[in-house]
Amino acid sequence: MTGRGEVVQSRGTVAMKPAKESQAKEGRVSAVAARVAARLPARGYLVVATLAVWVLGWALLRGRDTLALGGAELTPLHGGLNTGMDAIDDSRNSNPFFLYFINYIRLFIDEAVRFVQALISQPSFDRPVPVLGWLGVAGLATAIALLYGNRKVALLTAAGFLSFGVLGLWQESMDTLALTLTAVVLSLAVGIPLGVWAGLSDRFHRLVTPVLDFMQTMPTFVYLAPLTLFFLIGPASATVATMIYAIPPAIRITALGIRQVSPETLEAGTSMGATPAQALRLVRLPMAKQTIIVGVNQTIMAALSMATIAALIDAPGLGQTVLKALQTLDVGTAFNAGLAIVIMAVVLDRVTSAASRRVEVARRAGRLRTARGRRVEVAGVLGVAAVLGYLSYTYIWAAEFPADANLGPYVRRAADAASQWVQDSLVTYTDALKNLLTNALLNPFEKLLTGSPWWLVAAVAVVVILLVGSVRAALVATVGLLVLVLLGLWQDSMVTLASTLVATVLVMLLGMVVGVWMGRSDRVDTLLRPVLDAGQTMPAFVYLVPILGLFGPTRFTAIIAAVVFAAPVAIKLVAEGIRGVSATTVEAATSAGASAWQLISKVQLPMARSAVTLATSQGLIYVLSMVVVGGLVGAGALGYDVVAGFSQHQLRGKGLAAGLAIVVLGIVLDRVTRAATERADAAAHGGLHQR
Amino acid sequence: MNDTGRFRPEELQEDQVAVTRSGKVRAVVLVTGAGLLLSACGGAKVGQVESATSSSAGGAKSCGTVNLAVNPWVGYEANAAVIAQVAEKQLGCKVVKKDLKEEVAWQGFATGEVDAIVENWAHDDLKKKYIDDQKVAVSAGPTGNKGVIGWYVAPWMAKKYPDITDWKNLNKYASLFKTSESDGKGQFLDGDPSFVTNDAALVKNLKLDYKVVYAGSETALITSFRQSEKQQKPILGYFYEPQWFLSELRLVKVNLPAYTKGCDSDAAKVACDYPPYELDKIVSKKFADSGSPAYTLVKNFTWTNDDQNLVAKYIAEDKMTADEAAAKWVADNPDKVKAWLPAG
Repeated sequence: MTGRGEVVQSRGTVAMKPAKESQAKEGRVSAVAARVAARLPARGYLVVATLAVWVLGWALLRGRDTLALGGAELTPLHGGLNTGMDAIDDSRNSNPFFLYFINYIRLFIDEAVRFVQALISQPSFDRPVPVLGWLGVAGLATAIALLYGNRKVALLTAAGFLSFGVLGLWQESMDTLALTLTAVVLSLAVGIPLGVWAGLSDRFHRLVTPVLDFMQTMPTFVYLAPLTLFFLIGPASATVATMIYAIPPAIRITALGIRQVSPETLEAGTSMGATPAQALRLVRLPMAKQTIIVGVNQTIMAALSMATIAALIDAPGLGQTVLKALQTLDVGTAFNAGLAIVIMAVVLDRVTSAASRRVEVARRAGRLRTARGRRVEVAGVLGVAAVLGYLSYTYIWAAEFPADANLGPYVRRAADAASQWVQDSLVTYTDALKNLLTNALLNPFEKLLTGSPWWLVAAVAVVVILLVGSVRAALVATVGLLVLVLLGLWQDSMVTLASTLVATVLVMLLGMVVGVWMGRSDRVDTLLRPVLDAGQTMPAFVYLVPILGLFGPTRFTAIIAAVVFAAPVAIKLVAEGIRGVSATTVEAATSAGASAWQLISKVQLPMARSAVTLATSQGLIYVLSMVVVGGLVGAGALGYDVVAGFSQHQLRGKGLAAGLAIVVLGIVLDRVTRAATERADAAAHGGLHQR
Repeated sequence: MNDTGRFRPEELQEDQVAVTRSGKVRAVVLVTGAGLLLSACGGAKVGQVESATSSSAGGAKSCGTVNLAVNPWVGYEANAAVIAQVAEKQLGCKVVKKDLKEEVAWQGFATGEVDAIVENWAHDDLKKKYIDDQKVAVSAGPTGNKGVIGWYVAPWMAKKYPDITDWKNLNKYASLFKTSESDGKGQFLDGDPSFVTNDAALVKNLKLDYKVVYAGSETALITSFRQSEKQQKPILGYFYEPQWFLSELRLVKVNLPAYTKGCDSDAAKVACDYPPYELDKIVSKKFADSGSPAYTLVKNFTWTNDDQNLVAKYIAEDKMTADEAAAKWVADNPDKVKAWLPAG
């Protein structure tokens, strides 16, 4: 990834129709369409007819008004964004906002991270080793897992922490842990109060939701470089980048928890004379505790998923190892470090999940043990941890992980060999698969999207959304599509959209098949779950080399990367839904003589439909979050624009615009799937009986 | 009044699942005992062994800390590792390496967090911004490495189709390079977006029947060349030297119309090869004015493409760490290193 000066730059002037006129026109069209749609029940036929009109229009008008923009071409808007960013750069040293506000935040975060690093990862306080060595950290982590979780996760924690050392990555792992923990603590400190507020106030909730959407879908690459201008190169920038991604789940899930508290319980509190503050402290927060811990869990996962990307601005830890290895295409070393990240994610996930379950169990079970018993337990466990901590503070053997116990080289060699074997022996088949799917599915769809005039695509989209979704969703889509045009990235957006939708179809195919399989068998579940966790948390950079070897730098490679990342979520959600179908219903169907296939297709899947739609919308968002990674492996379009904006000074503005386009796509697709779900649910209530 | 005590959180926490208490206590005693036993037996204590490597003499002037940007490619890392090695071991500096992309590294001059970039590829826009306009950086002369950018094919292709290395024959072979991405034309594979590329303009102006496909990263580019050689799959793509991969697979350059001065001045009309690049070093103004011996070292540092390729090979293929690779090269080339050191 070498950098070389200037890029071919020609001011591309893009023909843009006056937006206002077309907006008004489309508004009228949609109003008419809504009225027509309301009258006609056969929506399915109408959708097909609309699509037929589209294909016809494409055949007649192919290549007109497609708003193409070459790789290095810019629109005046992109130039303007560039100038704006330069202006911020220049005022950095004189602007009081920086001098008195940002700088203090930076100092605070820097010190916080350095402090945690001093405790567990970096030589500190004039000692050649950190305060706590491996024995102390592993002991303390296990103690926490035991106190807040259970014995099983404590065992897992101990094994996980030891494996960091065994992989030969103790210090790197601790650096990653230090950064992640600091970011998580700060995210929660900001996120939980805001979440409580959003839980209490509808107005704030409405205000904050789009901001959170924005924070979660805006690609990190877009704000990574500008962040270093605000917070300088160092832990602060990396922490803030991580926080931007990790705060939204904390706010969202906390708000959800607060909102879920049943009105009856609240009323009971109020009738006993509790003030709003008391109601919050004594009723809402305790009742929402379990949900809030789920939020903590999601915040940790989000923070950890930033480990690799933050390494691009010198964040210490495992991400560095992965990126360094990628420079020499050293799959083994990258895999080794990726494995450590996966293990850390699994450990943190299981511990927080266990803690959340424990809160629930405790709430239900009532008093089983005396406070004294708990106190003795806490004191005992912490006592052991303290002894281990002391040992690791004092003795070198407990401070530095023994180098002889390093299995890293074996893992590396095995991963290398596996990657090599896969690339050499499977490439004929994967090549055929790639060509088949690209030519049969992706290319025609993309041609239709990019070859038609933009107004035709937009009109078709709005009509279809009116038919399957709602007027509101159609309005959101109209605005969103116009924004894409204004951003000057219409065609790139359509290329990205085509790949995104194809990837989502594949994700849902996998999600249905594997999800049903998993939902019906506990054994399969136990077997597959770690694999799915790995797919979700293994940094994409690790498997880029083997999939590039198999599929070459193509859009299909990007689709595969997206599927690897997004399918686990969809599979888990579908499985959850299948398992949620009541046992009596299944039994009744079985005794009525339904075959396994009938059981799945007629009973389990229809009854798990809301889980399936949730899986689709989540799958979509996850696929979209891989657009930038796709840009690194040949997907071109928006992903490439963002990466280029990160690497080239003149393309910064275009990169920002591409990031915004991804956000727009995300919001539109999310609203449309939601509206479609609601309509389908409403329709289903007439026919099939929902549980 | 306050009868909402039912919901008090403290109570919730206390209600835990029963655990055998006596077992726990026993475990505590056991482990504590074991710990005490171990500490009695000893083992080396932290801080007992004196750190022997306090700054060994070398530079008369104190050097202090040098912040070295490390851009993400192996050739750069080779430069940085060798400079860091000499600065630490022979001048007694403390070197802090920061892993950064180029843009971010240049920004570091303005924020005072980067002292030196030790392999820079042109970047005229950044030079204008940080050297001419903001005056926070200055050039510290060439590294001695010559950068070449161009169009390359895999070696097996040059053997099988010897005349492919002349651009005039590219159209004849265009059908070989068709892929799922190239719309029925031949595919020309472009690399990382950080590169200088005139390829889209070249294809157009040389009337080539090709489509530029953006691989998007160096990883993608190298993997494609590797697979091309192994599977005998045709490939035509953008590459550059010095680059460690060329010592694994000697790609063959395609000759485009020769570069003449100014033939690339209008980006849209380029119809000639890329110019040769003189890679150089950039340092912050502050660092240049500091009189630090490390600045003199950075300024004097020059070596050849072969030198860099050797160190890059140590890192990329022999899997040495950058420090080990640099130490080996420095030990093997004392004369070259001596020429970089401050006089006296």
